[in-house]
Amino acid sequence: MDSQVLINEEQFELIIDRLAHQLLEHHDFTNTDLVGLQPRGIILAHRLKDKLLKLLGVSEIRCGELDVTFHRDDLMMRDKPIAPQENNMNFLVDDRNIILVDDVFFTGRTIRAGLDALLAYGRPKKVELAVLIDRRFRRELPIEPTYIGKQIDSIVDQHVKVEWKEEGGLDRVLLYNSKPE
Amino acid sequence: MSELSVDHLLGIRGLTRDDLELIFKTASEFKEVLNRPIKKVPSLRDLTVANLFFENSTRTRLSFELAQKRLSADVVNFSAASSSVKKGETLVDTVNNILAMKVDMVVMRHPHPGAHHFLSGKVSTTIINAGDGTHEHPTQALLDAFSLREKLGNDLEGKRIAIVGDIRHSRVALSNILALKLLGAEVRVCGPATLIPKHMISMGVEISHDLDETLIWADVVNMLRIQLERQGDANSIPFFPSIREYTMNFGLTQERLNRLDKQLTILHPGPINRGVEISSEIADSDHSLILNQVENGVATRMAVMYLLAKR
Repeated sequence: MDSQVLINEEQFELIIDRLAHQLLEHHDFTNTDLVGLQPRGIILAHRLKDKLLKLLGVSEIRCGELDVTFHRDDLMMRDKPIAPQENNMNFLVDDRNIILVDDVFFTGRTIRAGLDALLAYGRPKKVELAVLIDRRFRRELPIEPTYIGKQIDSIVDQHVKVEWKEEGGLDRVLLYNSKPE
Repeated sequence: MSELSVDHLLGIRGLTRDDLELIFKTASEFKEVLNRPIKKVPSLRDLTVANLFFENSTRTRLSFELAQKRLSADVVNFSAASSSVKKGETLVDTVNNILAMKVDMVVMRHPHPGAHHFLSGKVSTTIINAGDGTHEHPTQALLDAFSLREKLGNDLEGKRIAIVGDIRHSRVALSNILALKLLGAEVRVCGPATLIPKHMISMGVEISHDLDETLIWADVVNMLRIQLERQGDANSIPFFPSIREYTMNFGLTQERLNRLDKQLTILHPGPINRGVEISSEIADSDHSLILNQVENGVATRMAVMYLLAKR
């Protein structure tokens, strides 16, 4: 399978560091929570949380795990049902600043579903979006990320894969010319 | 795996263990939804479901309707008592007429065993069995097993579950036996000999007519209701001499439980006849999962409809 490394391990670490610092420029995290989107947004959210805890020297930042399956707009257009993943939101978002976190931002549809799912937990004061990879020029909805790790230009048939140490890979981002099996 | 091996839920028979695991996994996510401030998701908003109840029901019907509403489906309700069934319309005609109004899924309770199976070959829609006579009640068995897994852990392998009471007339018993065996549990039925049909032996379950001995054996007891409406008319020979005698031999009382050196988990599919098959103090005790069963019923039914919705 043809693939090229877009971000290697060293750059990966730097990017997450930078994202954490960017978040700190705008938030002191007294009224701000992170919410990662299943499946791999939550890994990034927890990485950011760990960095922020160190940088701020505090003991707790709330970090939710949100599954958007039940809110997707293509549920009834697929041949098979989509198996839901664990939802772990043990706090309400009323009047909080929420930073949605996902690994790859593409058409905007997942985030649309994520916003919908988030509203089941209250009315946040403000919602922002942090992503590791932004596949720009591929938007199908008018949604844009607030914090971006790296922007890449790709065609629809290509596939971006983020590997994580938590899942047994290296920390890196690969671009495939077609979707791997 | 994200797909069930069946197109309809006609019974537990026909399902695989993987199907059960998928339903439980999905149901636990829906249970989380039910505990959110906003208990509704838009998953089935382009689906219309008809609830056809040819036999009375409170819990199951409400539970299905709530599950449908939580999934944002459109719901129409039908009860045989106030319909053209009384004018002589056949089941297939009734259902086809309802389907002509663009209904995508049918949840049905019917007094005749096998009615759903028959219907599934005649009409082109997803059918969910909400009870067919004395045959099966699959969603009840699913929510019972789901509640047990919550209490005892996900592995029911080797757990001992006794189903006590009117086995002969109980669709809950049959579906429960099939589901629990599929999950690897040991199952025993217990009741008066007249209320335990002979074919139970072929289902690989133990049979007992002694409640006290069964309680010593069991980790869980599922107390079934005496189905007074299915005990025949005034002229037929009764299955047991009197309710009082039945309670003396097969009623679950605190006194019986006090004789045990362990805590049993208690299930009851409802409606409860307090003081007959189970005493009030046990029904309301911490070890009774009766209200958990009702709560889990909505989540389990959401999972079944979500997974079976035609795409």
